[in-house]
Amino acid sequence: MLAREDTPVSTAQHGTRVDLVVVADMVKPDSRVLDVGSGDGELLRLLAETRGVDGRGIEISREGVNRCVAKGLAVIQGDADIDLADYPDDAFDYVILSQTLQATRRPRWVLEQMLRIGRNAIVSFPNFGHWKIRLEILMRGRMPVTENLPESWYETPNIHFCTIRDFVELTRKLDVRMDRAVAFNSSGRPVRLNAPWWFWNMFGEQAVFLLSRKN
Amino acid sequence: MVNDVTRIDTIAGNRTEAMKREADEPHSEVARFGAGKPLQLDAGVELSPFQIAYTTHGTLNAARSNAILICHALTGDQYVVGTHPVTGRPGWWENMVGAGKPIDTNRFFVICSNVLGGCMGTTGPASKNPANGEPYGLSLPVVTIPDMVRAQSMLLDHLGIEQLLCVTGGSMGAMQALQWAAAYPERVFAALPIAGAARHSAQNIAFHEVGRQAVMADPDWKGGIYFRDGSFPRRGLAVARMAAHITYLSDSALHRKFGRQLQDRSAITFGFDADFQVESYLRHQGSIFVERFDANSYLYITRAMDYFDLAADHGGVLANAFKKTKTRFCLVSFTSDWLFPTAEARQIVHALNAASASVSFAEIETDKGHDAFLLDEPELFDIVRGFLNSAARARGVA
Repeated sequence: MLAREDTPVSTAQHGTRVDLVVVADMVKPDSRVLDVGSGDGELLRLLAETRGVDGRGIEISREGVNRCVAKGLAVIQGDADIDLADYPDDAFDYVILSQTLQATRRPRWVLEQMLRIGRNAIVSFPNFGHWKIRLEILMRGRMPVTENLPESWYETPNIHFCTIRDFVELTRKLDVRMDRAVAFNSSGRPVRLNAPWWFWNMFGEQAVFLLSRKN
Repeated sequence: MVNDVTRIDTIAGNRTEAMKREADEPHSEVARFGAGKPLQLDAGVELSPFQIAYTTHGTLNAARSNAILICHALTGDQYVVGTHPVTGRPGWWENMVGAGKPIDTNRFFVICSNVLGGCMGTTGPASKNPANGEPYGLSLPVVTIPDMVRAQSMLLDHLGIEQLLCVTGGSMGAMQALQWAAAYPERVFAALPIAGAARHSAQNIAFHEVGRQAVMADPDWKGGIYFRDGSFPRRGLAVARMAAHITYLSDSALHRKFGRQLQDRSAITFGFDADFQVESYLRHQGSIFVERFDANSYLYITRAMDYFDLAADHGGVLANAFKKTKTRFCLVSFTSDWLFPTAEARQIVHALNAASASVSFAEIETDKGHDAFLLDEPELFDIVRGFLNSAARARGVA
């Protein structure tokens, strides 16, 4: 079954985003990694420095790509919803979708592509089931604007929010193995290991899942 | 803007002797390949003897691992930096290449050679045919991009350089960089093609055809043997250059630079003088071009670009050109480039992804059109610097 973890999240790299450190901890050294939605390349750089990976990236924004390439990272301008189809099977050990799932048009298709291109997939996303978000909707009747999700509904690129439970449900539909899972709050403290799913879904502000193909 | 040209057919007629000399005895270094080292051409014949004119900048390190080959575009030459011996103007990529520049000659050993078919000292139609002592003209076999690259590989052998840290270039230079990576993957650690394509599009072939027809329609072209009586198809070549120059810019860049502004006059003249600044500018471009370029060379090199189709050379599948490649690639395109639009670069990126190659790809927003690769584009400089730094790091170049 699922190996949920409560080991403290390492924050050795001063100033590095906690979710990126969690993701990097799941990657075996010297592996081949595709980072889907590279942003300005922070994760790829972290992976190169701490894991010695052969990293590639796709990023949709021109500015992000140009910043990545100027840092010497192998990143291309492209759209995950379209361009993942171009990659051959088994091209990577890990395909990572860091804080990007909720911004894709076809999350399910993207996940399927990730596990076709890579043997493993790592997905991190903001949990829309967190109590603060629930409270925002329940009490104020407004789409939540939080520290993690600062944009208003009419400006956000995030079109497919999901909760931890929603995501777990999708992995079951896709028939993939869930190898590791971590949920943590905004200060990086992991949610208690033995807690039931509803507890994770209520108190995890972000979640990171390591998935692999069943066969 | 300098301009005293009002009609193309009044373009000054003193094409310098210096220009003609450069074809055989260039100011730059020359590597001469004698009878024992013929060049195999795609046309199915051997070219021998032949020569390659080139310049180098910076110092080759002890490991011979810091060489960067710069491939020039259609009308470029080996004078990438430094004073041009014919025009007296600065090199064509001064803002990119030099001490402390993105292609840093303090760190890297830069080589730039005149392409096969050129007119600045590498064998081309203006070079003397040793068989009869007069320029080849159209008796030179048609050359291709792969021929140019094959010749460059012989230059590298001559220089004792096994592997390039990087091969780069814009436009036709990008085509050569791609051909290098496909034909000699083990000799190319990194490739940086800018504003290029893996094949010449129908539209681009069409533009080239207009240029060639302009040259050949000039009575002074004389079937390509204008050199016999000292004439030169300057009007035809100038028109070819004018038409081509439009394709190097963009609608918005032309509008920004010239709009509908009039040239040295306050009202239109109801005649066919260069009323508009843009006309005057193009005439000027045409007139200075014919002073430094050979008309037959223009035919040969445009033809080489037309024939380029990297996928066709690999069973119709571009990814096959890069099978199992270890070369790291970085492609760059410009939003307003309608000669080599972003879609062309993206096709190469798709092929490289399918081949599991290491590839970066950046599209730079600019209204300067195709020529942006030659101009002051800070984002391009950052990308080139970043890519070369990471390649140098991976190759162990200090």
